[in-house]
Amino acid sequence: MNIEVRQPERTAKARVGIFDCDIHPKSALEDLRPYLSNRWWDYLQTYGQRQRHGYVKGFPYPKSQPLASRRDSWPPGGGLPASDLNFMREQHLDLYGIEWGIMNPLSPTGQGEQNDELSAAMAFAANEDQLERWNRREPRLKASVVIPYENAELSVQEIRKRAGDRRFAHVLFLSRTSELLGKRRYWPIFEAAVEAGLPIGVHVFGSSGRPMSNTGWPSFYIEEITEHSASLAASVTSLIVEGVFERYPELKFVLIEAGFAWIPALGWRLDQNWKRMKDEVPHLRRAPSEYLREHFWVSTQPMEEPEEPDHVIDVMSWIGWDKILFASDYPHWDFDDPFLALPPSLSEERRNKIYSGNAKGLYRFD
Amino acid sequence: MNSALNAIDCDVHPNVPDMKALLPHLEEYWRATVEERGINSLETVAYPPGAPLTARPQWRGKNGRAATAVPELTTQVCDRWHADVAILNCLYGVNLLFSEDMAAAFTRGLNDWVAREWLDRDPRLRASIVLPTQNTEYAVDEIERCAKDRRFVQVLVLAMQEVPLGRRQFWPIYAAAERHGLPLGIHAGSTFRHSTTSLGWPSYFIEDYAAQTQAFQSQVASLVCEGVFAKFPGLKVVLLESGVTWLPGFLWRFSKFWRGVRSEVPWVDRSPAEIVRDHVRLTIQPFDAPADPDQVERAIDHLRSDAILLYASDFPHWQFDGDQRMPAGIPAGLHRKILVDNALATYDRLKSL
Repeated sequence: MNIEVRQPERTAKARVGIFDCDIHPKSALEDLRPYLSNRWWDYLQTYGQRQRHGYVKGFPYPKSQPLASRRDSWPPGGGLPASDLNFMREQHLDLYGIEWGIMNPLSPTGQGEQNDELSAAMAFAANEDQLERWNRREPRLKASVVIPYENAELSVQEIRKRAGDRRFAHVLFLSRTSELLGKRRYWPIFEAAVEAGLPIGVHVFGSSGRPMSNTGWPSFYIEEITEHSASLAASVTSLIVEGVFERYPELKFVLIEAGFAWIPALGWRLDQNWKRMKDEVPHLRRAPSEYLREHFWVSTQPMEEPEEPDHVIDVMSWIGWDKILFASDYPHWDFDDPFLALPPSLSEERRNKIYSGNAKGLYRFD
Repeated sequence: MNSALNAIDCDVHPNVPDMKALLPHLEEYWRATVEERGINSLETVAYPPGAPLTARPQWRGKNGRAATAVPELTTQVCDRWHADVAILNCLYGVNLLFSEDMAAAFTRGLNDWVAREWLDRDPRLRASIVLPTQNTEYAVDEIERCAKDRRFVQVLVLAMQEVPLGRRQFWPIYAAAERHGLPLGIHAGSTFRHSTTSLGWPSYFIEDYAAQTQAFQSQVASLVCEGVFAKFPGLKVVLLESGVTWLPGFLWRFSKFWRGVRSEVPWVDRSPAEIVRDHVRLTIQPFDAPADPDQVERAIDHLRSDAILLYASDFPHWQFDGDQRMPAGIPAGLHRKILVDNALATYDRLKSL
């Protein structure tokens, strides 16, 4: 059931410039046409994409509403949610005083596509599109380096093309990779990101080709979205345990739209087992929770809402006030309102860190 | 509640020493099959025999195995740690077999081995009925066959299955369990139908074991979302060796999404967090506790229930050192509930103690 809610009014809180780490601009496949070769354009017209799930259009688990978007985000002038820059400004960027926003395009971007070369061609096109149709017209919107992450060689090429371009905020993965992120096949991508001085953003969703849980396919969309944090926890574990941060000590990850309340308990569990079985992973020189604390940032949305609000404050303090970044997820249905999402009891200092201070420390823009 | 009791240990593991031990409990055809096909062992890599987690060093016998006979277990669990009752959860790998008939036969043999070699030898022991989840009809048959023996207090399945446990195909199992007053025990482990993480096979055992909590999350979500507790209001679920501290954060996320998309599962008519507190229990080893006892106390507070935790030593798995089976930081006022009262409230068949 959807209800109309009143547009929030500007308040004094808007004086803090907000850094929104998760905005989803929408492009149509036609928007990518200028950057695609005839070969791949024709291929897409004839065969379309094959993305490790069964449907030509739509998703294995139908979303709760069309394109998983807020009902009020469909632009009055037509087009898909978040496809109209002026309406995005009106409804989001200007309304909330967004100082910087990071675009994490989800489709069409070719990520997870079965054909690596098509994936690379689409990633390149998605990156050009972010610059041309969005960043050039609205410099507050920073781009993500979309990569064909299932092929490290082609991903490295794309990262190198974008290295040094301050319009790009981070290298973007979707969380449902075909293998655990710590596996060696992905390491060249990490090396290229470190060389380019870019953090890696991992946004939930995508299609791994594997069941959504390690006990098989669930039935419902609510299970799919709930289980994304568990799925990502496995990749975070893999990154730590494989020794990625011993090899790339400067590598930084931002976990996007995965929630964050699971992070401390994951660290405690890994530490417990590491203490018992250090001999299995002699390449780790520190407790797993220390890598977790040092190398991972989390974004707020969807903000956990315990029955007792103070409980989430505990968890935020355990993660570290310097590691939490605000994200709205505009225009999706589970959007967190920048004025309302953070627990009201947070001090001004902590609020400012989450809204912008932490992101300014992590990301490098001109 | 019975004030004479000291503790009820809800999760201990008898080990099948080798296939020969099972032979007397198998039907003739299957005994012959074991010989003819050279089936030497159904041990699983969920607990590699040599891994530190699998058994504390001083509890291992000459062959490296621990808890292969009653006195090894009861000396530690009942005598040293004062459990008046201990519930045996046998993890021998009958659940991995692909042939439904073979699975049912070996499961019958395993449950009979537990009854004859363990329950008959010490009155302090109780056990879970291992279920051949490969086939629901066979699983129900096994419940009916074993439930007559009141020393079986629970049914037992593994956390990683071929499909999530809420699926309707399993519901006859829950009907039978509810009818007989048997909680559904879900224990860490895998039927190995899928990779141990939902993103593939990890390189290290530590990762396999860490991923157990992810399976428990999926099972809880599945049982709630499919409506198992709406259909079987008397059913209780015990998460065994699941870890504990993951639960609150999971429930916050799950319950928030439920508020957003509950029209997809209209039979879930109240918050998943409430449903879980009413129907689901967790054993305390491992706890996955933070090092700071103050944080442990906060983590306990996040559970918002003094009824949800059950004492377990997880013997012979090496979860803690010395006798520190109750994590530091659990408020003293909760100890009695965890040690005795909560188990009595969970297990119908222990109420007569």
